[in-house]
Amino acid sequence: MATQTTKLSAHARGVIDAALEKYPPEQKRSAVLAALHEAQHDNKGFLTEELMDAVADYLEMPRIAVYEVASFYSMFETKPVGRHSISICTNVSCMLRGSDEIVEHVEQSLGIKIGESTEDGRIYLKCEEECLAACCAAPMMMVDHVYHENLTPQKVDEILAKLK
Amino acid sequence: MSEDELTIEVDGRSIPARKGAMLIEATDAAGIYIPRFCYHKHLSVAANCRMCLVEVERAPKPLPACATPVMDGMKVFTASPYAVDAQRSTMEFLLINHPLDCPICDQGGECELQDLAMGYGGDVSRYAERKRVVRDKDIGPLVQTDMTRCIHCTRCVRFGEEIAGLRELGATGRGENMEIGTYVAKAMSSELSGNVIDLCPVGALTSKPYRYSARAWELQQRDGIAPHDCLGSNVHFHIKGSKVKRVVPKDNANINETWLSDRDRFSYQALASEDRLLTPKIKRDGEWHECDWEVALESVADRLGQIGIEGQGDRIAALASPSSTTEEFYLLQRLIRELGGNSIDHRPRQVDFSADTTAPLAPCLGVDLAALEQADAILLIGSNTRHDQPLINHRIRKAALAGAQVIVLNPVDYEFNFPVARKLIVPPSQMPAALGGLAKQLARDAGSKDDVQAELSAFDVSEEHESIAALLQDADRCIVITGNLAERHPKYGQLSTLAAIVAGASSANYARLTDGANCAGAWLAGAIPHRGPGGRKIVDTGLDADRMFDSPQAAYVLLGLEPELDCIRPQKVVEALRSSFVVALSAFHNASLETAADVLLPIAAFAENEGSYVNSLGQWQSFEPAVRPPGDARPAWKLLRVLGERLSLPGFDAINCVDVTRDIAALCDGAVKPSSALGTVKIETPQESSGKPEAVLEIPLYATDAIVRHGEALQLAPQHNLDSVYLNQSTAKQLGLKHGGQAVVKGDGAETVMTVVVDDTIGDGSYLVYAAHVGATAFSGAEQIQISKA
Ligand code: SF4
Ligand code: FES
Ligand code: FES
Repeated sequence: MATQTTKLSAHARGVIDAALEKYPPEQKRSAVLAALHEAQHDNKGFLTEELMDAVADYLEMPRIAVYEVASFYSMFETKPVGRHSISICTNVSCMLRGSDEIVEHVEQSLGIKIGESTEDGRIYLKCEEECLAACCAAPMMMVDHVYHENLTPQKVDEILAKLK
Repeated sequence: MSEDELTIEVDGRSIPARKGAMLIEATDAAGIYIPRFCYHKHLSVAANCRMCLVEVERAPKPLPACATPVMDGMKVFTASPYAVDAQRSTMEFLLINHPLDCPICDQGGECELQDLAMGYGGDVSRYAERKRVVRDKDIGPLVQTDMTRCIHCTRCVRFGEEIAGLRELGATGRGENMEIGTYVAKAMSSELSGNVIDLCPVGALTSKPYRYSARAWELQQRDGIAPHDCLGSNVHFHIKGSKVKRVVPKDNANINETWLSDRDRFSYQALASEDRLLTPKIKRDGEWHECDWEVALESVADRLGQIGIEGQGDRIAALASPSSTTEEFYLLQRLIRELGGNSIDHRPRQVDFSADTTAPLAPCLGVDLAALEQADAILLIGSNTRHDQPLINHRIRKAALAGAQVIVLNPVDYEFNFPVARKLIVPPSQMPAALGGLAKQLARDAGSKDDVQAELSAFDVSEEHESIAALLQDADRCIVITGNLAERHPKYGQLSTLAAIVAGASSANYARLTDGANCAGAWLAGAIPHRGPGGRKIVDTGLDADRMFDSPQAAYVLLGLEPELDCIRPQKVVEALRSSFVVALSAFHNASLETAADVLLPIAAFAENEGSYVNSLGQWQSFEPAVRPPGDARPAWKLLRVLGERLSLPGFDAINCVDVTRDIAALCDGAVKPSSALGTVKIETPQESSGKPEAVLEIPLYATDAIVRHGEALQLAPQHNLDSVYLNQSTAKQLGLKHGGQAVVKGDGAETVMTVVVDDTIGDGSYLVYAAHVGATAFSGAEQIQISKA
């Protein structure tokens, strides 16, 4: 099997190497989360089979073991998604504070359902499974790793409008 | 009671347990059954199914027996209301997402889930929601998936990682979305993949060739011995009516444990091949005519007898497949020898026979497999055990994982499934030199006899040799192995002698792994040109498997062979056969046999046959026919016996096969254990490298013998492209070849254009070409092959 490591950018490899420093040399696989994060970041927010193979080969682990990790954690996308990632919390506190309406509003204004991306590739409406730990300001959503709290439909519109 | 034993109490019974053992091991040994799915004695503990929950005194909750270490005086209740309640609850959860499609599931009737659900399942499900459905995957022609049935025990995943050494299956996704599969669509490529069928406790992984063809309770089980490698794995044939429906392993801790290679598991399909030869046939004036046994045997006996009368008896030669039974070998050699010849052999792929006269009674491993697992160092010479003897390879793997240093000397850097400590990858012609350097260093260090040292003086010792030598000397238990590739080597005599010197000087055991299932039996039965049964002296040595085709003999008897595929120099073999009288005893017919032969006699193939194999551990394993052969086919030993009788030759009166076995055993003087001691051949000065790339003729995994070649599913299994030529980057550059380009490969009359594949596992100065598969180009041995740019 030809190795795929060249599919990782020099920058990504640098970041992975830095992560590897933290672990004993025979425990390379410990860096798999860091490596996948970087590979995903480098690739506009999603992983491809090639990239996962590249990470596997780079860390000398079976490819299937990397697929397992990437498909297990919800922070990894294994299919192409939109540039901006939106996660609307629908866990208990947010639900009690009206997250369902927020979801409905976003879905309607973007014309997509949770789990889908807009056709122009601008926005990905991620399915968030867990509480995002901002209950005191519910309802909330996370946009590209930034928290937006005490949401109202108007506020959501403003945030969406700013996403290019 | 020994020190590492303690006593526990299970269901009021005191039972002994090994310190550090898990509860389930102790209860299993004592015959107390605890339900389980994920636990398997040969796999690591995952404890993820929770079916084995039991009550343990003073434990605050039920504990999984497979992951709870025993403690002295521990009180366990496996069937108390508390334990059973936990087990029932587990079962209820497992069945929530299980489709319960037993009526259309192949596993039905032999399903662990079905069995345990009988004992622990409720009659009515309380779960009224939708069950999950998992899309099916295609993981190749051997293993069928129905992943909706999977209970996520991960046995198959652990098998890949721990036994096959090739992690192909995994658990992707999470929670309700977890799925077992390969993630990317691909076929399993492990040579042991079929074992997941046995391991899977439900019907998620089943046999694809067997699918929907029988129900477990309709099958009869018969014992047998697998006929494809020199381990002789123990198998069960599962039979419905008169057909072998499938083959599964029969537990034998000393041989195959609970495993079976895919080759041994799926080759049974060949029994029902359309290419089976069903009636005797005779060629008259170039036309084939079916005939009855009377006519066929009469004509063979007449012709052979006539040749004998003319004083040409010594010009009758016989070549048998190395997977023939010991009894067939014995009767065949007897036939040839009584007719006045000695030209009998069983090694169609060997070309150098110089070590024959000093060889031990029979090739063997010399140690048992437990000892092989315990080795500290293993030197593999000309051997790809992973393909050639998959389950011996498994033991080597165990040794390697336990810390043994494995050193390989090969022309190709084969992908072993264990860590290889040192590699000497050299072109074929340089293998003796590479081994000689090592022998010289070791002989010097060990203070071997002066004449031995003098013989080795011409070899160069490199730094690598020194360090490998040190490694071997440091090892307490060291094993030197020559394999199938060494056997096919044009300097096999040199290689085996040097291997013996290396073994001697490092206090190692010298083991020989051989082609086919029964080389050891062939040696013991006398199916060799220079010795009779039991190693008896022969005055006039006959012609070996190579020389018997140098010029046409008066007649040839072929047993179980497809000469153009099984012989390593098919060109000259076909040529010699063309102008002689040829009797072929074969289970299959094919075009080239029909061209070459004058009489075709249909014979029984493995499950239909009776007789014995002697494996590389020196064990005689007898087997009885499990099914009747199709059509008019007959066991070859019977045909040979009748031929001998018709020719009025002495010693062909045994009525039963076991009588023949007994005769051979008596001739072997009760010395049924072949020894591995070896005499030596004169060491030649090492050959200079010509600098020209050399051909390596490789036998593909699923083209080893006629039966395998007729195994339909095996032929569909992923293999390398057999019509390409493989070489590494630097050899390609040297020859001006490019990946995907074309090369002309020719040798002695045969010429073909092949696609070039750049593959860095091929050593410098070598290129790999496949032989023995249907459609292979008939080259005349590896040394004659030349390559150039197309
Ligand atoms: S496929 Fe079978 S062996 Fe593999 S995890 Fe599922 S139930 Fe277990
Ligand atoms: S429930 Fe939404 S942040 Fe906690
Ligand atoms: S057998 Fe013990 S948890 Fe599965």
